[in-house]
Amino acid sequence: MTGYLLEFSQALLALLLAPGLVGFVRWVKARLQNRRGAPIRQPYFELAKLFGKDVVMSNNASWLFRFAPYIVFASTLAVTFLVPLIAAPLPFDDIGDLLVVVYLLLLGTFFLALAGLDPGTAFGGMGSSREMTVAAIAEPTIALSIFSLALGAGSTNLSQIVTATLTQPGSALSPGHLLAFAALFIVSLAETGRLPVDNPSTHLELTMIHEAMILEYSGRYLALIEWASWLKLTIFFSLLANLFIPWGLALTFTPAALAVAVVTLILKLGILGVVVAIVETRIAKLRLFRVPELLGMSFLLALLGVTSSFLLK
Amino acid sequence: MQSLFFLMLIAYGLGALAAVMGGGTAIGRWLVALGAVVGAGAGLALGATVIITGTSFALSVPELLPLGDGLALRLDALGAFFLVVIGVGAIPAALYGAGYTAAYNDGRASLPLLGAMFNLFLLTMSLVTLADNVLTFLLMWEGMSLASYFLVITESGEERVRNAGLWYIAMTHAGFAALVAMFLLLSGGELTASFVNMRSTSAFLGPLTRDAIFLLALFGFGVKAGIVPLHIWLPMAHPVAPSHVSALMSGVMIKMGIYGLMRVALDLLGGGPVWWGGVVLSLGAVSALLGVLYALMEHDLKRLLAYHSVENIGIILIGIGAGLVFHSYGLMTLAALGFIGGLYHTINHASFKGLLFLGAGSVLHATHTRNMEEMGGLIKKMPWTALFFLIGSAAISALPPLNGFASEWLVFQALLGGFNIPVPEVAVLMPIAVGMLALTSGLAAACFVKAFGITFLALPRSHEAEHAHESSLSMRIGMGILALACVGLGLAPFVVVPAIGGVLNGLGGLPDTRQTFTFNLSVQSPSGFGQMSPTLVMLGLLMLLALVPLAMWILRVNRRLRVSDSWGCGRAGQTARMEYTATSFAEPLRRVFAELYRPTKVLTVEFHPDSKYFVRSIAYKSEIAPLFERLLYDPLLRLVQFAARQVRHLQAGSLHLYLVYVTVILLILLLAARWF
Repeated sequence: MTGYLLEFSQALLALLLAPGLVGFVRWVKARLQNRRGAPIRQPYFELAKLFGKDVVMSNNASWLFRFAPYIVFASTLAVTFLVPLIAAPLPFDDIGDLLVVVYLLLLGTFFLALAGLDPGTAFGGMGSSREMTVAAIAEPTIALSIFSLALGAGSTNLSQIVTATLTQPGSALSPGHLLAFAALFIVSLAETGRLPVDNPSTHLELTMIHEAMILEYSGRYLALIEWASWLKLTIFFSLLANLFIPWGLALTFTPAALAVAVVTLILKLGILGVVVAIVETRIAKLRLFRVPELLGMSFLLALLGVTSSFLLK
Repeated sequence: MQSLFFLMLIAYGLGALAAVMGGGTAIGRWLVALGAVVGAGAGLALGATVIITGTSFALSVPELLPLGDGLALRLDALGAFFLVVIGVGAIPAALYGAGYTAAYNDGRASLPLLGAMFNLFLLTMSLVTLADNVLTFLLMWEGMSLASYFLVITESGEERVRNAGLWYIAMTHAGFAALVAMFLLLSGGELTASFVNMRSTSAFLGPLTRDAIFLLALFGFGVKAGIVPLHIWLPMAHPVAPSHVSALMSGVMIKMGIYGLMRVALDLLGGGPVWWGGVVLSLGAVSALLGVLYALMEHDLKRLLAYHSVENIGIILIGIGAGLVFHSYGLMTLAALGFIGGLYHTINHASFKGLLFLGAGSVLHATHTRNMEEMGGLIKKMPWTALFFLIGSAAISALPPLNGFASEWLVFQALLGGFNIPVPEVAVLMPIAVGMLALTSGLAAACFVKAFGITFLALPRSHEAEHAHESSLSMRIGMGILALACVGLGLAPFVVVPAIGGVLNGLGGLPDTRQTFTFNLSVQSPSGFGQMSPTLVMLGLLMLLALVPLAMWILRVNRRLRVSDSWGCGRAGQTARMEYTATSFAEPLRRVFAELYRPTKVLTVEFHPDSKYFVRSIAYKSEIAPLFERLLYDPLLRLVQFAARQVRHLQAGSLHLYLVYVTVILLILLLAARWF
């Protein structure tokens, strides 16, 4: 019973942490650029504002446009039940492994890209086309890089990967792990629409990917989509943090262990947030047609990671 | 079981008869469909009975064809599985056909021929799965090819259709020749040999003979299945056939190639050396990736779907190839997992590809075009078709919790078991296949965002699309059944996987995996490698989909909605010309894979005669290089033509010369008879 309670509190934690994480990254970035920056709690205000606004919907759009925000939000939220955020093993482990996680995220991207095409504007189509190009190369990279961990652990279930690394700390430094970490880091930037792939704060039509796709959204729909994309960032950071450096996760469901786990999770997310803020400050956005080269490189890294795990197993 | 078999035979026969008697009338069309539905249903029931009871059904009719042992029919579990696949694909397609073929009343095609061939096609294809000796197999195989040829050239008034038919019949007969040679080698020259005999004698064949048999089988069945580079006929022939026939050919007929390969390589030959599996696995991976890459560049909706059949055959072959590799190392449980993944994907592909082709048929029916650039906005005119097509698109993109995901998951799990292979050079094939499969499914999702989004969403791009209409009830029922199958097969792997495990039990020495893969709700692979449950994923998603609006309602989120113009950067009045097109959607990927596509671009700009600052018209034309046509088939065709021209010299038209030929040949034969 505690397990199920834990599942729901973990999902709720991710849901509540996500805007804060984004606010934190923005704040660090502003500081690095000598700006004062909005307070860390700003994204919460944005959500509250958007939930209070009317929705203005394009008269060309169909039911799919209204349905997509819910499926995007629900599929991303479903992933938070399957990823070990604060504890392992989880009771929902048998429901979905890493492939389910990857393809659930793809489900959200699929519907969001369709919704981008629905109003029939050039921006929406542009965004959808670019998003699917990125996703088509990024999603397999995620699968591959986690596979190379799965081979070491002998299971594709995320909790088992985590516990396997905890019992064999040396494996965290194996070539398969390191290559996979590099690949997953690059892909995380691409999947969550960060620099150098996409600029989350741009509204310049020629460069934007994610923003172009959701341009027609407003009000509560936009709030759901934004929240889902922040949640996605949290999920990717937690995957990076907990799959490769699982220390701090609660293996027993005692209050003390869980408290430690929550604190370490926030710490890990904070460190990754700082790293991403530095990367975003130091690196310019890539030209769109150079992005596939970057993603292709991360795909090859992941492939090398899996291959080395295969041969060294 | 015997009564089911005869019911199948009689129903198909009566269906064909009804077509000949009055296929042009409405009643005739329905009788044709009824015959096919009852026939396919009886076949499905027969196959299911064999799978469930585990006892095979045999019927020998020596007096029917007094040649050798005559026709021998026996349905074992493997054949039964494919008979079920035929049933799953054929019942909805036949129902759909009842409404769809009404459009042919305008005289473009002969309805009696179409109806008769439709039933004969299904009959011969069903009998392929029952064939128990070489003669029966080859006869039925050829019957299936010929009947499908006539179905392909239904609209034979068009030159393109006849051309596609020619490619199909030529390729399929090249394959047939290989199959005859293969069976001659396998049976020691006796075409009436039964499969039972060959199973026992195949072990005594020399390794070289066995390799030759395998390669011939791979070629012969590969042509039918559409493996790269033998896929060339598939994107030509499938789109020009009537859509319910395309659904059957793409969804079901190409699977007979898979059936043949399993039957010969695994059952009759009992497996082989590692490189057999390696070749199948590599061909599968290449087919999957190239299939989806070519599909991405295709803007003809049905050709796009046909290329996706190449992709999915590739995925099936990845599973089967992995199975064969494991089999040769004696890793039987993993081998079974690979085969299960492949066969599961076979039945899944039959359902979603059938559904997508039927959906494309409805669109074609409503807009009279297959060009996606002239579609758009159909979700409002054809809500049901759009919904069904969306389900099919999600299923083929392997999105959970639909069926494509379940089978690809199993194939992934099988490949991940590859680290058990003792030889590193072979083991390294597996991660590469994993990478290619993952990339394939990512690209497939991109392709189906394009296929669905450009066809059904946004504003209509042509007058026809603007005035499209929803398809008739029978067509919607046909699609609805397949949509349900996509959902059902995805949610019930705990039924399907043990059933396929039972089918494979004992085949080529495979163990009974029904205990290994028993699950309450999760699919668990051997050695506990991975676990998942599409049923619970579905349940969870539905719960969250209900909870989110509920939470929003409780938190008193603003629920008002205004409908207004799209945002046009200050420009009012949006037209369809401002939309993204299929070409522009695929442009980034065309650039990424430019090495493969080698696109050519022609940009013609016409300026105003007085000033070159005013553009009158712009024409943009871009094509991708047909790699296989150019590198493989063009030289081959030139060679054949050259040979034909040389042979032509013999045919001089002079009777005297022909008499000399006859005399010389006679003399040679007489001398030969004297010496040997």
